[in-house]
Amino acid sequence: MGSQVLLIEDEPNIIEAITFILSRDGWQVRSHSGGHDAMEVVRARRPDLIILDVMLPGRSGFDLLADIRGDADLAQTPVLMLTARGQRKDREMAERSGASMFMTKPFSNAEMLEAVRSLAARK
Amino acid sequence: MATFTLLVLVCVAYVVLLFGVAFAADRAARRGRGAWLRSPLVYTLSLSIYCTAWTFYGAVGFAARSGLEYVTIYLGPTLVMIGWWWTLRKMVRVGRSQRITSVADMISSRYGKSNTLAVCVTILAVIGATPYIALQLQSVTLSFAAFTPAGPSLQARSEQSIAIYVALGLTLFTILFGTRNLDANERHHGVVIAIALEAVVKLFALLAVGVFVVWGLEGGIAQTLARIDASPIAEFTVTPSRWTALTLLSATAFLCLPRMFQVMVVENEDESHLRTAAWAFPLYLMLISLFVVPIAAVGLDLMPAGTNPDLFVLKLPLLAGQDGLAILSFLGGFSSATSMVIVAAIALSTMVSNHIVMPIWLRATGGAAMMSGDVRHVALLARRLSIGAVVFLGYLYFRMSGGGTALAAIGLIAFAGVAQFLPALMGGLVWRGATRLGALAGLSVGFAFWLYCLLLPSFGAGVILPVRVMEAGLFGQSWLRPYAMFWTGGMDPLVHAVMWSMLLNCAAFCAVSLFTFPRPVERLQGAQFVNVFDHSQRPGSWTGGLGQSEDLLIMSQRILGAAEAQELFARAARRQGLSGYLPEPSPEFLEFLERRLSGSVGAATAHAMVSQIVGRATVSVEDLLAVADETAQIMEYSNRLEAKSTEQARTARQLRVVNEKLTQLSVQKDGFLSQVSHELRTPMTSIRAFSEILLGGDLTPEQLQKYASIIHAESLRLTRLLDDLLDLSVLESGQVVLNVQSGTLAQVLDRAISGAVGGAAGSLNIRRDAASEAVLLQTDIDRLAQVFINLIANARKYCDAAHPVLDIRAERDSTTLTVDFVDNGTGIPIEDEALIFEKFSRLGETRAPGAGLGLAICREIMHRLGGSVAYLPGQGGAAFRVTLPLAPLEPGGGNDLVTKGGLRSVR
Repeated sequence: MGSQVLLIEDEPNIIEAITFILSRDGWQVRSHSGGHDAMEVVRARRPDLIILDVMLPGRSGFDLLADIRGDADLAQTPVLMLTARGQRKDREMAERSGASMFMTKPFSNAEMLEAVRSLAARK
Repeated sequence: MATFTLLVLVCVAYVVLLFGVAFAADRAARRGRGAWLRSPLVYTLSLSIYCTAWTFYGAVGFAARSGLEYVTIYLGPTLVMIGWWWTLRKMVRVGRSQRITSVADMISSRYGKSNTLAVCVTILAVIGATPYIALQLQSVTLSFAAFTPAGPSLQARSEQSIAIYVALGLTLFTILFGTRNLDANERHHGVVIAIALEAVVKLFALLAVGVFVVWGLEGGIAQTLARIDASPIAEFTVTPSRWTALTLLSATAFLCLPRMFQVMVVENEDESHLRTAAWAFPLYLMLISLFVVPIAAVGLDLMPAGTNPDLFVLKLPLLAGQDGLAILSFLGGFSSATSMVIVAAIALSTMVSNHIVMPIWLRATGGAAMMSGDVRHVALLARRLSIGAVVFLGYLYFRMSGGGTALAAIGLIAFAGVAQFLPALMGGLVWRGATRLGALAGLSVGFAFWLYCLLLPSFGAGVILPVRVMEAGLFGQSWLRPYAMFWTGGMDPLVHAVMWSMLLNCAAFCAVSLFTFPRPVERLQGAQFVNVFDHSQRPGSWTGGLGQSEDLLIMSQRILGAAEAQELFARAARRQGLSGYLPEPSPEFLEFLERRLSGSVGAATAHAMVSQIVGRATVSVEDLLAVADETAQIMEYSNRLEAKSTEQARTARQLRVVNEKLTQLSVQKDGFLSQVSHELRTPMTSIRAFSEILLGGDLTPEQLQKYASIIHAESLRLTRLLDDLLDLSVLESGQVVLNVQSGTLAQVLDRAISGAVGGAAGSLNIRRDAASEAVLLQTDIDRLAQVFINLIANARKYCDAAHPVLDIRAERDSTTLTVDFVDNGTGIPIEDEALIFEKFSRLGETRAPGAGLGLAICREIMHRLGGSVAYLPGQGGAAFRVTLPLAPLEPGGGNDLVTKGGLRSVR
C-alpha cells in the first residue's frame, strides 16, 4: 500500500513499538517527537494519516490538532489521538478538536492496526 | 382643764370633718360641679401649707428667742409673691405645658429628661423633708403634752404613742385622698379643699389667741406695745448677715420645697390665680404673723421661766383658764402639722415612685408589663408605699433626735437643704446654656456642703460626726471644720452653711454648664422652658424671630444630621440677605423646610414638628421628641443593617477565598491523579505493545533481545515510579522516621555520585572541592544522599552541554551548610522555575524538563531534615542549592509535624 503515517510521540519505546507494528503491515511510518516544530513536519510530509499523542514536550496535542484542522490542505487528513491520561474530558476534547479517532494507552497492537486501517479506508 | 381623752376626740372629729370635706369636694369635682373649688381664693389658701406647725408654734418661740428674726420667714415668700410674680408664672406655665408632676420632674425635664437628675433631686428632697416631717410630729406631741400635766414617765410613753397614731392617721388620709388618681398631674381637689379649710382654721386660731392676748390679757394695744417694749424682745439686735441669709433662705424654700411646688404648680388650676395669690398670700402671711410678737412678749412675761416658748400659743389660754380657746389653738397647730405632712407626702411619694420605684420595676420586668394593665396597679402601690415610707422616715427622725431641738432650728435646716435646688431650677428657667451636668454638679456640691456643715452637725457633736472632726476638721484639716470651712470661723453656723453651700452650688452649676455641651434633647427642653411664653403666646403666627429658627435648626439637625441642616439654614439665610446662619422663619422658608423634612420623616410629621416650634401647637412636645427619637432609631437601625450587610459581604468574600482554595486543591488533586495515570500508562504501553510483539513470534534474535530489554527497562521505570509515589506520600504525611547517623559531607557525596551514575560518570564531568567537604554531619545520611542522587541524576539526564560539567561546591558558616550543584547546560526556563518542585511539574498538556517526582521528594526530605533545597537562577546552567543546619538532627525526626502532632510512625 505504501501509505504514509506520521507518528507524533515523545516516548522512544512507544515510537519503536508502533513503527514495528505498522511497518510489518506495510505502512510507511515516520515519527517526530517534538511539539513546537511538529506543524512544519506535518506540512512538509503531507502524511496520509497522523497518529498524535496528547501530551507532547513544548506543545499540546490538542493545539496541534486545531492547527491541522485549520489548515485547508490538511483538514481532511485522518488523525488518531493517543492519550495516557484516560480521562473522559480528554476524549471529549479530542472529539471537539476534530480528532478522527481516540485511543487510550496502553492499547493492543491489533486494535492499533485495525484503527489505522479503518481510518485510511475512510479517507 | 381639757382632758387627754377630750383632745383625742377633738382630733378625731376634726380629721373626720376633713375627710368629709375632701370627699365631698372630690365628688363634686368628678361630677363637674363645684366651680368654687377652683377659685383663686382656694388656691391662695392652699399655698398656706407654707405655714406649718413650725410657723404656728415655732414663730412665737422664734420671736421669744431671737426677736424680730422670725419676720424673715414671712418676708421671703412675700418678696417672691410680689417681686418674683413673673418667675412664678413662668414656673406654672412650664409646669402645665410640660405636664410636670414634681420639682424633681421639673428639673429632670428641663435637663433633657435626665433620670439621674430626678433621682438625685428626689433623694435630696426626701432627706430634706424628713426632719421637717419629724418637726410636725414633734409639734403635735408637744402640744398634746402641754395639756397633760401627768408624770414624766407617762408623758414620755404617751408622747411616743401619740406620734405613732398621728403618723398612721396622716398616712391613711394621704393614701385615701392623695392616690385616688394615678395621673399625678390631675388635681387633688379633695386634698386642696381640705388644706384650704385647714388654712382657715390655723389662721382663725392664731388670730383668736392673739386677740385674746392683746385685749383679754393685756387690755388693749397700748398696753401690749408697752409690754413689748419692756420685754427682752425689744433688746434683740438685728444681725444683718443672719437677716439676709434667712430672708433668702425662706424665699428660696418657698420656691423649692416639694410641697410648695405641689400646691403652687401641680395643683394650679389657672395661671390667673397667681394674680390673686400675689396680694392675697402676703396678706395671709401678714395676718398670721401679726400677733406673734405680742404673744411672745406676754408669754415671756407671764409664763414661768423655763417654759418652752414654742408652746406659748397653747399655754397662755390654758393659763387663763380659756380651755375652749386652748383647744382651738391646739386644732390650729394640728391643722398646720397635718396639712404639711399630707402635701409633703403626696409630693415626695410622687417623686419616689415616678423616678425611683417605677424605673427600677420597669427595668426589672423588661418593660413587658407596659402592655398589660399591671403598670397602673404597681404605680399606685408604689405611691402608697412611698407615702408610708416618707412619713415613717419622719417618725424615725423624730424618735432619733429625741424631740429636743427647737422647732425653728429644724425647719431652717430643712430650708437650707431644699434651697440647693434653686440654681438648677431657676437657672434652667432663664438660661438656655444650663446643662444637665452643670445641674448635677451644682446639686451635688450644694448638698454635700449642706450635709457636712449643717445636717450632720445638727445631731450634736459625737452623734454622727465625731467630736474630733467637729473641733479639728475632717482628717485634722482645720479648714475642713464643719462650722468653719475655709477658715471662715466665728460665723453663725446657719449663715455659714447657707453661704458656702449656695455659693459653691451656683459656682459649680455655672462653671460646669459653661464647659459642657447640652445634648439635643436638653437644648430643645431648654428652649421650651426658657422661651415658654414666646412659644405659647403666638397662636397662628408664622413669624417668630430667630429664637424659633434656632429651635427649628435643633430639630432639623436631629433629623437631617448636623452638617446638612446647618448648610440648609445658612443657605436660606443668605437667600434672605441675612448675615448669620439663621434665616427668618418666613412662610416661604417654613414651607421649604417642611418639604425638606418630609423627605425624611413624612409630610404629616414634618408639618407637626414645624407647627409645634413656630407656635401652631397641636402636638405635645413629648410626641415630638418621640418622633425625633424614632427617626434617630430608624437611622441607627439602618446603620446597623448596613454594618450587617458589610459583615455578610466580608464573610462571603472569605467563603469565596476558601472555596477557591478548595477548588484549587481539587483541581490539583485531579491533576495529580491524571499525571499518575499518565506516568503509569506510558511504560505500560511499551510493555504491552512489546509483549504482544514477542508473543506474535517471527522475530530475529536481535529484535527479541532488544524488545525484551525494553520491557525490562520499562518495568523498572514503573517500579521506580511506584516507589517514588509511596516515598512521597510517606514524606508528605509526615509519617517518616529519620535514621540519624554521622558522616562527612565527602562520604555522602561519594555515595550519591556512585548511586547516580553507577560505576562511571559517563560523559558528565563532576568537579568537587575536597577541602570544603570535610564537614561532619549529624543527620539522616541516607535521605541526604537520596537528595544528592536526584540532583546529580538530573544533571546527568538534562544537561545539554556538549561537554557537560557539574560543579559541586560546599560552603559553611557557624550554623548552616550549603551545597550547590551547578551544571553548564542551558538551565531551566524562568517560567518553569517555580514549578519544578511540584509533583509531575507538567501543567496542561505540555511537559517541562525534569518532570516527575524527584524534586518534589527532595524538597520534602530537606524539609524533614530541617533544611531546604532551592533553584538558583542566573548561574549559567541549572543550579540547585541544598541548605542544611549544622546542629545535630534530633533522632526520630526533625520535622515539626512529627513532634508536634505526635504522629511518629512505627515501622
